[in-house]
Amino acid sequence: MSKNNPKKSIVIIGNGISGITAARHIRKASSHEITIISDETPYFFSRTALMYVYMGHMRFEHTQPYEDHFWVKNKINLVHKRVTGIDPYKRILELEEGSTLGYDQLVIATGSKPNRFGWPGQDLKAVQGLYHKQDLDQLEVWSDSIQAATIVGGGLIGIELAEMLHSRGKKVHFLVRESSFWNKILPPEESEMINKHIRAHGIGLQLETELKAIESDENGRAKGVFTSKEEFIESQWVGLSVGVSPNIDFLKESELAIGRGIKVNAFLETNLPNIYAIGDCAEQTEPIPGRRPIEAVWYTGRMMGETLAKTLTGEKTKYAPGPWFNSAKFFDIEYQTYGTVSASPNPKTEAHLFWIHPNKEQSIRLSFNPSNGELLGAISMGIRLRHLVFEEWLKKKTQMDTVIDCFKQANFDPEFYPTYEKELSKAWDLLKSKNNLLTK
Amino acid sequence: MTLTQKKGSLILGSSGLILLLSTLFFTPQNNSLLLSSSMLLMISGSLIYFKEIYGSSLAGIKNDGVWFNALTSKGIWGWLLGMALTGFYVAIYWFPELLGFHADGESTGLVRVFDPISYLLNGNPATQWFLYGTMYTLAILLFGVKFIWKYRHNRYQIIRTLSVMFFQLCFAFLIPEILGKLNPETPYFAKDLKNMWPLNYYFLDQWHLKNMLNGGNLGLFFLGFGLALMFIISPILTYFYGKRWYCSWVCGCGALAETAGDPFRQLSSKKMSVWKFERWMIHAVLVFISITTIAVIWSFLSSNSEMSWFTREQFVGGIVVFILLTVGVLFFWKKEGLSKDAKYSIISLGVILVAVLSIQAFSGEKNILFINSYKLQKWYGFGIGAAFSGVLGVGFYPILGSRVWCRFGCPMAAILGLQQRLLSRFRITTNGGQCISCGNCSTYCEMGIDVRAYAQRGENIVRSSCVGCGICSAVCPRGVLKLENDSLENRINSENYPLGNTL
Repeated sequence: MSKNNPKKSIVIIGNGISGITAARHIRKASSHEITIISDETPYFFSRTALMYVYMGHMRFEHTQPYEDHFWVKNKINLVHKRVTGIDPYKRILELEEGSTLGYDQLVIATGSKPNRFGWPGQDLKAVQGLYHKQDLDQLEVWSDSIQAATIVGGGLIGIELAEMLHSRGKKVHFLVRESSFWNKILPPEESEMINKHIRAHGIGLQLETELKAIESDENGRAKGVFTSKEEFIESQWVGLSVGVSPNIDFLKESELAIGRGIKVNAFLETNLPNIYAIGDCAEQTEPIPGRRPIEAVWYTGRMMGETLAKTLTGEKTKYAPGPWFNSAKFFDIEYQTYGTVSASPNPKTEAHLFWIHPNKEQSIRLSFNPSNGELLGAISMGIRLRHLVFEEWLKKKTQMDTVIDCFKQANFDPEFYPTYEKELSKAWDLLKSKNNLLTK
Repeated sequence: MTLTQKKGSLILGSSGLILLLSTLFFTPQNNSLLLSSSMLLMISGSLIYFKEIYGSSLAGIKNDGVWFNALTSKGIWGWLLGMALTGFYVAIYWFPELLGFHADGESTGLVRVFDPISYLLNGNPATQWFLYGTMYTLAILLFGVKFIWKYRHNRYQIIRTLSVMFFQLCFAFLIPEILGKLNPETPYFAKDLKNMWPLNYYFLDQWHLKNMLNGGNLGLFFLGFGLALMFIISPILTYFYGKRWYCSWVCGCGALAETAGDPFRQLSSKKMSVWKFERWMIHAVLVFISITTIAVIWSFLSSNSEMSWFTREQFVGGIVVFILLTVGVLFFWKKEGLSKDAKYSIISLGVILVAVLSIQAFSGEKNILFINSYKLQKWYGFGIGAAFSGVLGVGFYPILGSRVWCRFGCPMAAILGLQQRLLSRFRITTNGGQCISCGNCSTYCEMGIDVRAYAQRGENIVRSSCVGCGICSAVCPRGVLKLENDSLENRINSENYPLGNTL
């Protein structure tokens, strides 16, 4: 154990899931001094839960996974301030109001910020994204005076915003540039299922529609948007959800190697000694094959935090996440994915087995290698799958025949729910006979 | 469209309630007419209201605005409802004459209004307890319909709710009343088959035992079934399914909490300090009821030796051996699986009981610890049976959440919980690394379990207090939680890392 190592002072910038996970695991394995700096909130909260606060499912304090005494008990110092600069030679952080803070090792985990693409009117009042706690507070300020809202960008935050505003009885216009919701990630059938579901909730989903400009009222507040279809939509609030990018503006002047994010190697080390970057703000210089250099996802942030904690407590460890997984909920439809499932696959390397419920919003898609029958990934809508089982199948490159035979093991739906193994098996047999697929 | 219909249905339902409550101030000429019209108004108003709030929207989780609503977030309406419910319980227990029940004469007012149903079911005029039982059952049925509507996409919730509605209507309400009518000569004993000791704390009391023994075949059946439930049926079911088979599928207290109490489930405290208090409290209640019951049986055996085939000394000796064996077996067989606090609670419970019993056996006194066992019993009845389970347990739904009694006070839940923690196949499984720490599960846990604390670490949830309602799993937006019965091996996986990472 590294408990005997000389005590170091580790400073973490950012109290999101990456930084907090790193801190917790460093504490478990060592008695290093740990300080976490954030100017967003005094305590860690779950960013993914902000929507539920606006919808009245939870109060903000419910999004905080640890009680306030947790940090004192675990000797993790929390500093509620903004970092303005880094001196890597003196190993000093410059904080707002001119104070400084020394470190032996520095972890940058500052997350993302919402993108803006230079639209006319994007800096008007009541135009915003949703990422930080401050964004939620801002939305709450405008909320009572919103009758209609326009949301720009068909990603995960966009659909969350649509659900949020809708829950408060606002008329919601949802502008999506693509021809179908999130269709770079979701295959056509799943994407269409979500299109229909969004509309069934009464959301004005407008596909292949982009924002042209936001119109101001006499007080400098948004009063509506012009779309690429030459339409004017009256709305007292505009949500911009066209992706996020690393939140690293305060480092622009530093000597850190920066691309879109902070460049890190497989050990999450930056180009400067004793400085590491994890989570949304880190950009892998040599990304894991088949994965993107920046993965702005809760789970990868957590895994980077776990990995770096090992390195910082004496066991130098490469970032090596297991098979890709993710999940989301689109209004009432839960979505899970494991491994690789392309929205438009290359038929030579990736084939799909797809089953969809004839009248419910449920489907399962399994992707596999058509030349050898190995499982590549899965997408499920409205059906819960067991992570443990899929991880093992993917790691072991399990044959589709085995997957289909044992699919019951992968079911994670609550008790008494109807099962669909038989239907899936029939669909597989049909697909095999159609395509003359040979399995071993 | 729906706003006016919503208001209209509320007015309809409350006019029924007001009509019924108006009999607090006068005794109507025609009880049947008043009762049926007020019931009709209440039921139709409620059903239309439920249809308005859930029927028109798509199936899914319906928690929008829960923390903005003054009724469900400890606002003014919550406090007012809490006070009204508390007042009702105080009246039922200690001032039944306010409701129209007069021990030495004909009843009047509200109690009398229920005479027609009472005569129909049990052949006697209504008492305040009949009034209470009827309203209690009606509440479970009506709010059960609401709950099913709310969770119509979730089969576990539908089946579970139908189960509590069935057990309340038939086992707790209809069958006991009808059996009473069919056996007018037999002395009174509890005829709710599922209401086992120690939830029914007087089951083993002298008068109750005597009445069952003198109650013919029916009485003997109830005595036998009650004992079988305690010692055979319950341990087996708890082993296979966890304590949920009782607490959220069968029990009457659970039935009210899960239906009428559902809008308040999020009000339970999730603080670590409250969990500590809960463990002290629940074990204290368990020790209290155990000592009381043992003392009462001791006294019974002292004064009615002819009715038993064993002596009071044999009885106490048997209990001591039983406790020592249970503690010993648990300890040597399940040592690794036990967390520290589980060990502490077992040891302390065992030590207390053995100490008390030894003192008793050696002192030869008639009163346990020199306290009159019947007084002890009376205090329990007042303090726990009435004040805690009724006034605090239900009266404070809108302030402390719907399971205050079940969490802090119910000795039945304590026993089932001990077994659930130590010897049961039940657990809530966490789905690998999919948790996003959002907190919906913890917020909506009526038992105040910080479910997220386990889920975000990839640990199974194996907690003695979990009643298996399944709402954490239902509200989880990422499909992380699943109630399961599986093998005992690796059930408690506290060292588990969240999956997804290769470390």
